[in-house]
Amino acid sequence: MKSVKLAVSAIAIVAATGTTAFARDNIQVAGSSTVLPYASIVAEAFGENFDYPTPVVESGGSSSGLKRFCEGVGENTIDVANASRKIKDKEIATCAENGVTDIMEVRIGYDGIVFASQKDGPAFDAFDPSDIYNALGAKVMKDGQLVDNTYAKWNEFNAALPDADIIAFIPGTKHGTREVFEEKVLEAGCEATGAMEAYVASGMDEKAAAKECMKVRTDGKAVDIDGDYTETLARIGSNPNGIGVFGLAFYENNTDKLKVATMSGVTPSTETIASGDYPVSRPLFFYVKKAHIGQIPGLKEYAEFFVSDDMAGADGPLAQYGLVSDPELAQTQEAVAAETTMNSGM
Amino acid sequence: MSDATLHDAQPTKRSLHQIDARTKRRNAAESRFKMLGIGAIGIGIAFLIILLSTIVVNGASAFQQSFLEVPVYLDPAKLDKKGNRDPADLKKATTFTYAPLIEKGLLDAVQSAGIETPLSKTKDMKNLISSSAAAQLRDRVLADPSLIGQTVTAKILASSRVDGYLKGRVHRAEIAQDKNITVEQLDLADALIKAGILHKSFNLDFILGSDASDSRAEQAGIGVSMLGSFYMMLVVLVLALPIGVAASIYLEEFAPKNRFTDLIEVNISNLAAVPSIVFGILGLAVFIQFAHLPQSAPLVGGLVLTLMTLPTIIISTRAALKAVPPSIRDAALGIGASKMQATFHHVLPLAMPGILTGTIIGLAQALGETAPLLLIGMVGFIATNAPDGFWDGFVSPNSAMPAQIYEWAKRADPAFYERAWGGIIILLIFLLGMNIIAIILRRKFERRW
Repeated sequence: MKSVKLAVSAIAIVAATGTTAFARDNIQVAGSSTVLPYASIVAEAFGENFDYPTPVVESGGSSSGLKRFCEGVGENTIDVANASRKIKDKEIATCAENGVTDIMEVRIGYDGIVFASQKDGPAFDAFDPSDIYNALGAKVMKDGQLVDNTYAKWNEFNAALPDADIIAFIPGTKHGTREVFEEKVLEAGCEATGAMEAYVASGMDEKAAAKECMKVRTDGKAVDIDGDYTETLARIGSNPNGIGVFGLAFYENNTDKLKVATMSGVTPSTETIASGDYPVSRPLFFYVKKAHIGQIPGLKEYAEFFVSDDMAGADGPLAQYGLVSDPELAQTQEAVAAETTMNSGM
Repeated sequence: MSDATLHDAQPTKRSLHQIDARTKRRNAAESRFKMLGIGAIGIGIAFLIILLSTIVVNGASAFQQSFLEVPVYLDPAKLDKKGNRDPADLKKATTFTYAPLIEKGLLDAVQSAGIETPLSKTKDMKNLISSSAAAQLRDRVLADPSLIGQTVTAKILASSRVDGYLKGRVHRAEIAQDKNITVEQLDLADALIKAGILHKSFNLDFILGSDASDSRAEQAGIGVSMLGSFYMMLVVLVLALPIGVAASIYLEEFAPKNRFTDLIEVNISNLAAVPSIVFGILGLAVFIQFAHLPQSAPLVGGLVLTLMTLPTIIISTRAALKAVPPSIRDAALGIGASKMQATFHHVLPLAMPGILTGTIIGLAQALGETAPLLLIGMVGFIATNAPDGFWDGFVSPNSAMPAQIYEWAKRADPAFYERAWGGIIILLIFLLGMNIIAIILRRKFERRW
């Protein structure tokens, strides 16, 4: 009997702690796994330098982060969503429906997307978007005709490339990186090879043609990776001919295993991306719920600290890790200080 | 089959000492089967050895870490500009103020040790030092402002690249493209080892420390997520054990046997086979979105794992209760005990070892679970703050050991990979410990009839 009483009282205690109101004192962040390393570096330094607890940063992808961001206002929803793409109008509408109306958009810098292969593998040193399109596009131009892609080796369409089987590991469709890959590489390559024109000539409008351009061949030469870059790295490690798509920061941490290819003749680096010479890059953002500023202690300080010169500046730890710092950082700092929201004229 | 045909055979006169063909065949079949069995066990053991040795080989280095012993001059002109040693003003000097002081300290140490190196700027030292050093020194100064103006010897972490070099993970030939370390810096590291400034030693912070961000793998530890796991197990134990035992006692001893209880029984067995991620989704919907419990809290994680563990506990408890002979119940009832007295005074104590074993195995299962935690926000950069006080541990955001290992395994810096293996070693030790306790309990208290 005694043990039963004990158990009952234990349940009561747990239940009581469970139902008390939670005055949350830590910032909660979720979203893009590309932004996660940067956010964790900032969160750590924030916890060290301020009297607030270290913010909690979860990953899960831009879309799931924004979805949770838009669930509503209150202590049980996240304060900041990290995203490797801009918030979509549809998401803003969902947010508004749930009462999240004042959203601050903060651009933290740029991220480069690089093509890398095994260090000792074939000499994949230089690509153009057209090479990638010829290798991976669903349909390619051959003798002036748009035909199904049957290329098996890189040197079949570009003699400068090595005589190696085509096999590429590209980010899966749930990744924000995939969108950049499609827009900046496949679509550009599609236009350069003339496939785009052929699509339009066959009676499609531009939008439909662009959509066709982004289709990837489905005969197993282009492999979608739904996991993280570590998975891509493992696949490349076991496949000397493999080409992988990585974030610049990931490549820079694994230069002992990977060699990077230039794109349109430009070597990817923080400098070439900042100057805009390297074509495959994208801005990174985080979104702040303005309604939570003042409610969650330290939220505004966190946002300001994130974009401060100490963190996001050209010599800061984020740049050291691989973020391409934003030349217009000063404007972003002002906007954050003034709590400028998206609908108040940004 | 062979037994049946045996009797049909014609009896012939033969010595028993002479083995006939059929016996030979049967003996051969037996020895073949024995060989197969031994082979199966051998393969199992071989895989176990491969697995364990891989884990130990990859993970053992996580328990060692490279440290630098650096004398640092705490410059009052930089740290306390107003000169009043007011803690509020001292806090304004951020870690970005401390970092150059440490770099300067290391450079001075290099020069006073007479090491020849082309690196002569304070900035060149940056890649050798962990960025955690600044925060460590700042905390020390804030705790004792009188240190300002003195030269203190700080034992700081070396950067993950230098640490990797000492552990043989980073090689000179491979760092040409690496912007986080240069060959000159590795040469300097060699000289620093000779000078006694850089050395490798046991790293207690890996076991007790908190998670660190992607840029400082060398600082990351599993301690806080261990606490998270501990709190979850506490919740599971406090909830699942009484609920599970009460349910099984009722079902086994009191409930009438009818269609309805049969249905419940079948469903409990089914629940035991439900994939754990389903419980995660359930937890997200019920505990977080409906009941508004906080995200990333070990309390919620524990509740989800309770749901997962309950069927295991109920099934093993019922088996333990069934194993108590009916004569014990009959004897108790026969001398006038009520059904409840018979159960609680006689049956339950005898079934206890079985119940505890089942509970511990259920807990061990729950301890290694990651999937449901993904959905309730316990995977990510979370295990950073140790909870303040006992009760806070239930609700303050935390991770769990397997979730932390998963998180490390996917980070970019290869140094985290080693830590993931190290984390697996610690997790395995815990699981092994729990299983040993289960075995000891069973051996000690189990009674046979």
